[in-house]
Amino acid sequence: MRQRERQLGALYALPLGLFLGLTFLAPILLVALFSIMPEKVFELTHMPDFSAYRVVLAQGYWKSVAWSLFLAALATAILLVVCWPLAYAMAKVFKRFTLVLTIGVVMTLFVSENIRLFGWVLTLMKGGLIEGYFRHWTGIGFDAPLYNVPVIVFGLVYVYLPFMLFPLAQGISMVPDDARQAAFDLGATRWQILREIELPLAMPGIMVGSLLTFVLAAGAMAESKLLGGRAVITIADEVQTAFTYGQNWPLGSALAMVLIAIIGSLAIWAISKADLDAMMGRKS
Amino acid sequence: MSDLSPILRISALTKTFDEFTALHGIDLDVAEGEFLAIVGPSGSGKTTLIRLLVGMDDPTGGAIWLRDQRIDVIPANKRPTCMVFQSLALFPHRTVGQNIEFPLKLRGVKPGARKERALELLDLLRLPRDYYSKRIQQCSGGEKQRVALARALAFDPEILFFDEPLSALDYRLRKTLEKELKDLHRRTGKTFIYITHSLEEAMVMSDRIAIMRAGRFEQIAPAEEIYARPVSPFVAEFMGEVNFLSLSAGTVAGAALSPAAQAAFAGQSGTLVIRPESLRLAPASADLTLTGTVAAEYLLGSRVQYRFDSPAGELTVEVLREDAVAGGTGAQVALGCDIAAVHVIPEAEDAAA
Repeated sequence: MRQRERQLGALYALPLGLFLGLTFLAPILLVALFSIMPEKVFELTHMPDFSAYRVVLAQGYWKSVAWSLFLAALATAILLVVCWPLAYAMAKVFKRFTLVLTIGVVMTLFVSENIRLFGWVLTLMKGGLIEGYFRHWTGIGFDAPLYNVPVIVFGLVYVYLPFMLFPLAQGISMVPDDARQAAFDLGATRWQILREIELPLAMPGIMVGSLLTFVLAAGAMAESKLLGGRAVITIADEVQTAFTYGQNWPLGSALAMVLIAIIGSLAIWAISKADLDAMMGRKS
Repeated sequence: MSDLSPILRISALTKTFDEFTALHGIDLDVAEGEFLAIVGPSGSGKTTLIRLLVGMDDPTGGAIWLRDQRIDVIPANKRPTCMVFQSLALFPHRTVGQNIEFPLKLRGVKPGARKERALELLDLLRLPRDYYSKRIQQCSGGEKQRVALARALAFDPEILFFDEPLSALDYRLRKTLEKELKDLHRRTGKTFIYITHSLEEAMVMSDRIAIMRAGRFEQIAPAEEIYARPVSPFVAEFMGEVNFLSLSAGTVAGAALSPAAQAAFAGQSGTLVIRPESLRLAPASADLTLTGTVAAEYLLGSRVQYRFDSPAGELTVEVLREDAVAGGTGAQVALGCDIAAVHVIPEAEDAAA
């Protein structure tokens, strides 16, 4: 019976397994193989070498990697601070208004990221919505707050807000009200409750939200291209350039592999550090 | 029971929610070191009252004094009292030791001293010392109960409040913990205020019982007095099975009275309260006698309970097994009780209830 159940289980999992294998693992494998091909080839039939990785190391691509990771980390940190009160309100205060807010936030995802970012460009640019009207009414113009690092961070925070907000609200909703009340009754201040009760008990949501936003933001390029005007070049931008203008698939693949390795190990480290079961008090 | 200077004084405490009044200007004095149980059915306002007492809600009117300090204007985290929650509200992400040490950690007590105190409290609550590093999820229901108590005692409150902490436990464990709690009260000498819907629980543990009904105190007295001299049929019924006979102008419909009883009840109207164990079967002599027909019979271990139909209404009688009625259901039996076992609730109070 057991044996049969296990066989059936495997059988049921087969379609999804095949789908994931084809759509998720196969492309990664392909990229991994291309990354060890000689430069500027378009087939996998060449003798493997690691020349693409040598180029990655020699040509200062680390700066793009560093920028991507830095921007992603900064955006994640800002999102945590910005989303916490909002997520708290959604989980504990707003009640029915939460649905309205959820729909509002999800609606933004219906419009393509690039279009939304262009909207910001039109809003912020010189002669755009803000500066244009301001100059029209006051006669005083000012430079557009575009094409710099802060506006890239703003773009990342703006685009990835839902990916932090919802997991965070989920995490906060897992904090039992009576634990909070008991801590308050035992003399905890608002900050002590946050530190001792709410943050640890909401940690699964914090982890999931941070991981999602960090991984997505580290692979982002539209914000730096459109809002940032390439004030900095992100690693995803470099990968795209290598594949398109550069016509150097092995270099693009090697860059992609570096990014995958860094983010993948960070993610695995974070997940292993954060024992979700123990945090939720389920482990015995 | 009330001393000259009570530790807790509630005066004209009122709480309204929109149109609903949960507490109608109640007054209460609690003596230092007392074990007071507040008992009432759900909706009687006892949970509202305790939420006001610990500071989780603000009163609409009135005041709460702890010795000379008015505390209803102070937030819960600044009050020198604490509560054992119905759910216990233990912190699932912390160990037993960390839970107990929590109030000490908040006060900045050094880790060494904290641990020492936590271990003392484990001893006091009769939990093994190696529970210090156990996870909360590894504890049984009764152990969690003790951890919650230890955590509250670590806070060293002036008054310890309990919000039905035993209600989720099974009968046997509840009985054990009731006795332990009583014992703990004696050993710590703290003032305990205990909310429950179970009068049985209140009677085992408390010095005084306050019975609540619809946002007011119906009666505040030691258990024996509430049992023997309930001020209203509501209190009498709350204390368990009870028989009510109606007394009008000195006579009881359906029952015969002895000369002594006639003299005692002369001219009175109201309700007679008779406990099931006070009614005797086929008594040789009694102050109040009537005849009943056995309608049902229930075995309660060493005792037998009968339901009688009688001219005075349905009656419940409890006797020892060896005194059981021969003949079972349908048998006609003479019932009687003495005047000492009868409590009279005069009509005025009856009507007010």
